[in-house]
Amino acid sequence: MASADSSLRWKHLHKVLTKPGPFSDEDWVPGSETISALETSKILGAGGLGCEILKNLALSGFKDIHVIDMGKSPPITFSGIPQLTLTDTIDISNLNRQFLFRQADIGKPKAEVAAAFVERRVKGVKITPYVGKIQDKDEDYYMQFKIVVCGLDSIEARRWINATLIGMVDPENPESLKPFIDGGTEGFKGQARVILPTLSSCIECQLDMHAPRPAVPLCTIATIPRQPQHCIEWAHQIAWQEKRKDDPFDSDDLDHIGWVYNAALERAKQFHIHGVTFQMTQGVVKNIIPAIASTNAVIAAATTSEALKIATSCNPYLDNYMMYAGEEGVYTYTFEAEKKPDCPVCGNLARNMTVDPDMTLQEYIDTLGDRPEAQLKKPSMRTEEKTLYQRFPPQLEEQTRANLQRKLRDLVEDGQEIAVSDPAYTIDFRYRLLFK
Amino acid sequence: MTDAFPSALTGPSSKERKYDRQLRLWAASGQKALEESRVLLVNSDGPWSNQSTGVSGVVGVETLKNLVLPGIGGFTIVDPATVTEADLGVNFFLEEQSLGKPRAAETCRLLKELNPDVEGSFQSKVWDSGSITELLRQDPGFLAQHRLVLVSGPMKRPSLDALCKAASELNIPVLYTRSVGFYSSFSLQLPPLFPIVETHPDPETTQDLRLLNPWPELAEAASRIDDLETLDDHQHGHVPYLLLLLHYLEKWKEAHNGNVPSNYKEKSEFREMVRSSARTCNPEGGEENYDEAVAAVLKSLNPFSLRSSTREIFEMEECKNPRADSADFWIIASAVREFFQQHNVLPLPGSLPDMKAQSADYVSLQNIYKSKAKKDVEEVTNIVRRIESQIGSRSGDIPEKDIEIFCKNAAHIKVIRGRSIPEIDGEAQTLKAIRNSISIPDSLIPVFIAFQALDNVVTDLQERRIPSGSIDDEVAWGAQIDRVLSALTADDQSTIDEDARERISEAIQELRRTEGGELHNISSLTGGLVAQEALKVITRQYVPLDNTCIFDGVRSRSEMYTL
Ligand SMILES: [Zn+2]
Repeated sequence: MASADSSLRWKHLHKVLTKPGPFSDEDWVPGSETISALETSKILGAGGLGCEILKNLALSGFKDIHVIDMGKSPPITFSGIPQLTLTDTIDISNLNRQFLFRQADIGKPKAEVAAAFVERRVKGVKITPYVGKIQDKDEDYYMQFKIVVCGLDSIEARRWINATLIGMVDPENPESLKPFIDGGTEGFKGQARVILPTLSSCIECQLDMHAPRPAVPLCTIATIPRQPQHCIEWAHQIAWQEKRKDDPFDSDDLDHIGWVYNAALERAKQFHIHGVTFQMTQGVVKNIIPAIASTNAVIAAATTSEALKIATSCNPYLDNYMMYAGEEGVYTYTFEAEKKPDCPVCGNLARNMTVDPDMTLQEYIDTLGDRPEAQLKKPSMRTEEKTLYQRFPPQLEEQTRANLQRKLRDLVEDGQEIAVSDPAYTIDFRYRLLFK
Repeated sequence: MTDAFPSALTGPSSKERKYDRQLRLWAASGQKALEESRVLLVNSDGPWSNQSTGVSGVVGVETLKNLVLPGIGGFTIVDPATVTEADLGVNFFLEEQSLGKPRAAETCRLLKELNPDVEGSFQSKVWDSGSITELLRQDPGFLAQHRLVLVSGPMKRPSLDALCKAASELNIPVLYTRSVGFYSSFSLQLPPLFPIVETHPDPETTQDLRLLNPWPELAEAASRIDDLETLDDHQHGHVPYLLLLLHYLEKWKEAHNGNVPSNYKEKSEFREMVRSSARTCNPEGGEENYDEAVAAVLKSLNPFSLRSSTREIFEMEECKNPRADSADFWIIASAVREFFQQHNVLPLPGSLPDMKAQSADYVSLQNIYKSKAKKDVEEVTNIVRRIESQIGSRSGDIPEKDIEIFCKNAAHIKVIRGRSIPEIDGEAQTLKAIRNSISIPDSLIPVFIAFQALDNVVTDLQERRIPSGSIDDEVAWGAQIDRVLSALTADDQSTIDEDARERISEAIQELRRTEGGELHNISSLTGGLVAQEALKVITRQYVPLDNTCIFDGVRSRSEMYTL
C-alpha cells in the first residue's frame, strides 16, 4: 500500500479520493479502497491524443496503463490507387503538439517512445505499448481493461472500437461493460464524450452530428475545375492513374506530392485558376486536419478527468457529451446525446433511409459514403432473400455486378430492409429504404 | 496579373513541415507574431504560510508547454518555490532529480527540451519581501521584455495588483489563472482597446455577394445571359447561380415597380419563380445550378447592413479622429468608415463561393469580384494616404498588404474593451454582472465566488493574519465567505436567494476539498484553454475571451462572463 512518500507525492489527488464532496454519490466510500481500486485499474489509452492522455492518466494515479494506435489516420484511399500501409511512427509534423517526441525520435514507433518517456518521468507507473492499429486486436485484448480512453484521429477507428466494445457486452457479466471515453479535435474545436456501451448513446447514434465534408463530384474534377482544390484532386485521382499507374502513390513521399503539385499547377494554368500551393496540395491529398497542442490538451484532459471520476466515483462523470470551440472566447456545450432505437450498433431497429427509387444501385452505393448517417466507403449489401451487391469473393462480385446498373425500384420494395456491410467494420448496418 | 503562376517545385522547409498543422490555422503572419513574442510566467509568489508551499503552478507550466510546442519566441519563469514531493504528483515537467531544487530552473529546463527553437530563462531568487513586487522594483526593465504575462493564482492581492498595474502601464496583457481541485477560473486583462482584424469568422457567415445592389460590371455580366431560353441544356445547366439570381431579380423588378423582393413572403414567391424556371425534362430531372440558386435566395437576398460591432467601432473617438500616434488599425478603420459613409457599403471582400459552372464562366465571374475588391482597396488606400498626410509625423506608410487584409475582413473586425482582473469588491460592473447571473440555477458564478473567497484567504495567509497558518482554517473561511456575501448584498438584501446561497456553499465545499491543491487533469485542461487565449492575444487572430472563463470539472462545463 501507499508508502509515506507516495502519500506525500499524491497528496492533492488523495484528498479528493479520501474525502466526500457535495456532489459525490452518497453511497460512495472514500479512502484507501478507492485509492487501491484506482491503482489496480487496467486502462487503455489510444490515438493521436495519446501523448496527453498517457501523461494525464499517469498523473491521475493510474498505475497499469496500456497504449495502442498513436498513428495518424491513413489518407483517404481512392479506388484503384494502391496506398502504402501507414505505420505508427513519429513524423516531423507531430512535433508541434505530441510533446513526448523529439527531433531525434523521428521514424521511431510512437507507442514505444511515449511509453518509455512517461514511465521514466512518473515513478511507479507501468505502461505497456502496442505499436499498431486498434483493429489489430480482438475482444480478448479489450476484455482485460476497466476503461478505454480514445483520442483517435479517424472516424473509422472510432466506429470500429465503438462497435467492438458494444459487441462485447454480456448482460450476465458486468465486467464486460467497458466505459468508453472518446475525444477528438480539429483546429480550435473538439469534443469529449462518455459512452457506456449498450446503456447510453454511442458513436453510431451520434454519427450524423459529425457529417463528412461533401466530396467534389468527379465530373467537376474531370471536366470543369473551378477551384485550386479541384486541380489537385484531378492530379491526384486522375493524372497519377494515367501517368504513373504502376507506382503506388505515397502521400508521405514529398517527391510524389511534388509531382501532384506540379501536375495540379499545370492544370490550373490551363484553366486560369489561381491559388494552388504545395501546402494546399499536401492538405488535400493527405486530408490534413489542422491540429494544435492547446486544443489537444483541452480535449485529452477532458477525457482523462472523466476516466478518473469513473474509476474512483469521486465525482459524477460526464453525461454524456461536451463540445468545445475556441475561436471566439471559450465556448463549451455540455448535453446528453440521445440513444437512438434505430442505431445500427446499439439499437435494435433498422434505420430509415429515404432514397430515390430511380437511382441505380451504383449511384445509391456512391451516396453512402457522403450520407452523414452512413459514411460507408466500400459497402456490400443484401436483402433477406438475395444479395444485391457483394465485393468479395470475386465470383460473387461478378455475379452481382450487373445489379449495379439496375434501378433501386427493380431490386427492392418500398420499405424493405437491407443489411449493409463494409470491410472497415465487423458489424452489419440495417437500413429500411423508403422511396421518395 | 501580378500573381504569376509559379513554375518550379518549392517544397516546404523543415520548419514549415514541423509547424504545418498550425500554419493552416494562423498562417505565416501568426507564426511570425508568435516567434517574436516572449511570455512571462509568474508561477508562484512564495509560500502561503510555513505549513504550505503555495501554488503548484501546474496550469502555468502546462500553458507554457502549449506555447513552446508551437514555437513561441521565448519564455521567462519567475517562481521562488523549491520542488517538493507533492509537485512530482501533479507536474509533468519535473523529475525525481528535481526534488529540492528550484522549481523555476527545473521546469524551465524540461520545457526547453520540447522545442530547440524556443529560448527559456528563469528567476528563482527568493526576494526579501518574498514577493514579485520586489522584482518589479529592482529591475524596472524586466516586465517590458514580455508580450504577455501569465500569473498562477491564488496569489495575495497586493502582489497581483502591483503586477497587473505595471503590465497595464506597458499595455501588456495579463492572464490570471486559478485551478483548485475540480474547478478552475481565469481572467484576461487586455489594454483598454484591443482591436482584431483577422477574426476568422465561419466562412458561411461571411459571404457578401451584393446581389441586390450589383455594381455595373456585375450587372452587365448578368445582362449577358438575357436569352436563357436559347441556351442548350448543357449551357443552361451551367449558368452560375449568382447570374441566375441576378437575371430573375431583373425580371421580378420589371413586374414589381422596380422593387426587389424584401420580405419573407416575397422572397418565397421569388424562390418559386426561380425553382419553376429550371428545366426538368433532362435526364437528371432537374438542374443543380437552379437548386443552388433556390437554396441561396433566403440567405443572399438581403440588403447590405453594417454589423452593430462595426458600427460601434466607427463611432469610437479613435476612429473618428485618428492621431499621429494612433495604431495602424485606427487609421485604416477611419478610412474604411469614410468609404462606408460615401458608398453605404463596406469594401467588397471579393471572395466567391464555389458553384456549379463552366470553368471559364466561373473564373470570369470571380475576376469581376476580385477586380471590384481591388478597386475598393485602392480607394481605401487613397483615403489612408490622405489621412496619413493630414495627421503627419508617422514612421512610414501603412503597408498596402495590411490595408488589403483589413478591407477583406472589414465586416468582421472587432475591438475588445479591456477590463482589469475582476474582483468582487472592485468595479461596480463586476458586482452587477455577478448579481445578474447568481440566481440562474446552472450558473458557474458560485465557483467564481468560491475562488474569490479563496483569494482572500490566501491573502490573509500570506500576510500572516491567520494564526493557525492553515489554508483550511474554518474561522478564516467563515470570515471570507461573510465578506464576499456582504459585498454582494451591500445595497440590496434580496439579491441572493436561499438556492443561490446553497449553490455557493456547495461550490466552496468542493473547492476546499483539496485544500488549495491542483488536480493534474483540471490544470492541464485549463492550461490548454489559457494557451489558446494566449495564442489569440499574441497573433491578434481569432477572438479572445472577454474576460473571465470558469470551468467546472464536476459537471464538465464551462462558462464565459464579462466581469
Ligand atoms: Zn448507438
